[in-house]
Amino acid sequence: MLIALAAVPILIAVAVKLSSRPATPGRGPLFLDRITQNGLFVAVTALVVCVPLFLPLTIGVVAGDTIAGEANLGTLRYLLLAPAGRIRLLLVKYAGTIAFCCAATATVAASGALAGVVLFPVGPVTLLSGDTVSVGESALRTMLIAAYITVSLMGLGAIGLLISTFTDAPVGAMAATIVLSVTSQVLDNLPQLDWLHPWLFSHHWLGFADLLRQPIAWTSFGENALLQSAYIAVCGAAAYAKFLNKDVLS
Amino acid sequence: MTDLGARESHTGGMYSLAIETHGLVKRFGHRPAVDGIDLAVPRGSVFGFLGPNGSGKTTTIRLLLGLATANSGDISVLGKEMPRSLASVLPDVGTMVEGPGFYPFLTGAGNLMRLDSADRHAPSSTRRQRVHDALERVGLGHASGKKVRAYSLGMKQRLGLANAMLRPRELLVLDEPTNGLDPQGTREVRALVRSLAAGGTTVFVSSHLLAEVGQMCTHAGIMSAGRLVAQGPLDELRSSGESHVLIHTPDVGKAAGVLSRLGLVPGDATGTGIPGNEASGRDGTLTGTGLNGMAPEAIVAALVTGGVRVRGFTVENASLEERFVSLTGEGFDVAG
Ligand SMILES: Nc1ncnc2c1ncn2[C@@H]1O[C@H](COP(=O)(O)OP(=O)(O)O)[C@@H](O)[C@H]1O
Ligand SMILES: [Mg+2]
Repeated sequence: MLIALAAVPILIAVAVKLSSRPATPGRGPLFLDRITQNGLFVAVTALVVCVPLFLPLTIGVVAGDTIAGEANLGTLRYLLLAPAGRIRLLLVKYAGTIAFCCAATATVAASGALAGVVLFPVGPVTLLSGDTVSVGESALRTMLIAAYITVSLMGLGAIGLLISTFTDAPVGAMAATIVLSVTSQVLDNLPQLDWLHPWLFSHHWLGFADLLRQPIAWTSFGENALLQSAYIAVCGAAAYAKFLNKDVLS
Repeated sequence: MTDLGARESHTGGMYSLAIETHGLVKRFGHRPAVDGIDLAVPRGSVFGFLGPNGSGKTTTIRLLLGLATANSGDISVLGKEMPRSLASVLPDVGTMVEGPGFYPFLTGAGNLMRLDSADRHAPSSTRRQRVHDALERVGLGHASGKKVRAYSLGMKQRLGLANAMLRPRELLVLDEPTNGLDPQGTREVRALVRSLAAGGTTVFVSSHLLAEVGQMCTHAGIMSAGRLVAQGPLDELRSSGESHVLIHTPDVGKAAGVLSRLGLVPGDATGTGIPGNEASGRDGTLTGTGLNGMAPEAIVAALVTGGVRVRGFTVENASLEERFVSLTGEGFDVAG
């Protein structure tokens, strides 16, 4: 899965490189038009492209598999009999999911940076606020965006973990998690439901533009982190309650 | 119900129990899968947990090991109340529940390492050695580096046993350990169980195969439709069954009459209808059941008085198999 994620930025970079006609400014995903001028934008563009679907897809697979996958293999009962301890098992599984979130965004960012450096010129970057920052500073900003997205995905990871405690069919848990992430984004785009928007876990997913200003505005990062923490707390508590009382009959 | 009192004194002292339950109930929906059972498994015994498929053996084992929660009843394992003491009891219990469960993409040894490291308190310094020894013990030494995906069912079953023996255990709980094994494998498992028991480990082993229990157990409990219909030492279980008499005589008809007058139920031991061999003078064999505690010598006396030429007379105890069938109302290999 990480390999598939690594392929996305490379695909973007190669496609932009091969297309003769320069991309029309303002069309296509954020920053796509700037790639030809500065390879450093490949990583950011790739992250933007991956946020709505590719990253949630992989997180859904990993988080949905946590408990249900073990149940499906029949290893859940042997882990519990080892004894691993139910709470400890749940914590380890969630830690693994978070580790995957980090690895996934880091993979996209690193692969994007590499493809950008190889295929395009690299130079100082002009931020959204008009300021220009050095190559090193812009690499730091890219990492910040990756961190922002990692945090964004943690809530989804907790949702996947919760769903995973309810079933012995990992595919079902994965599908449900992914469907939820898509649904949340669709709802976030319906103006009629604007009262609901601040509560959707995907509400801030693309809100990292603030990290590309000078000075950095941290409010969106903070709001996102707060929202994700709330999802982690609620889903974590529910998963704990469910898993602690679950009859393991698989 | 013959609760042959493993809890009562046997040699004058108290039995110490490895597993004890009182009124254990587990329902799925409204249907009870385990319906108020009182298990008493003495320490040091090899306890055969016998019952047809679907009689509630695996469910009981899940309750004992804290995988599922009972609707009511008490459980104690190794003298500690369950499931409260799960964390302190389980390290001393080797388990195999409802067949093996392993990661197909890991090797046999890799799987055991992972399961062993799942227990925080398992010593990691001896892990490699313990995994190696356990694999050797179940005859999987040569396949330890193979991916479990490539294992046969029998090999997975052995790997499951190896997992149960990763550490010295006080109690082994094995659910149908010989499922999927060839006759040679079955013999090896029996030998393994005996050697473990000889080392002082209590073994609680479930089976739907009567012969298996007869060959390796010292005690047995018989399950039928969620109820424990009998338990105790194996020889007591055998002898507590209803006994019957066998009579060899040429006067089969006359003998049947005498038995009937005594209140016994005459039957045909050969299964060919009551043979009337009086004319030819050849012996027939007649069974008599329903002794109700009547002394055998009284029966012989009545037969002789009635003019029956008694040429052979035997009192037979029920075999374990007859006992099993009479208790469960079905054969021992029936899907439930
Ligand atoms: N997960 C489950 N959900 C509903 N019923 C179950 C479940 N597991 C077992 N049962 C029922 O409980 C009864 C006992 O099953 P089980 O303990 O597996 O029997 P055994 O191990 O003796 O073959 C059966 O009637 C079975 O249908
Ligand atoms: Mg079973």
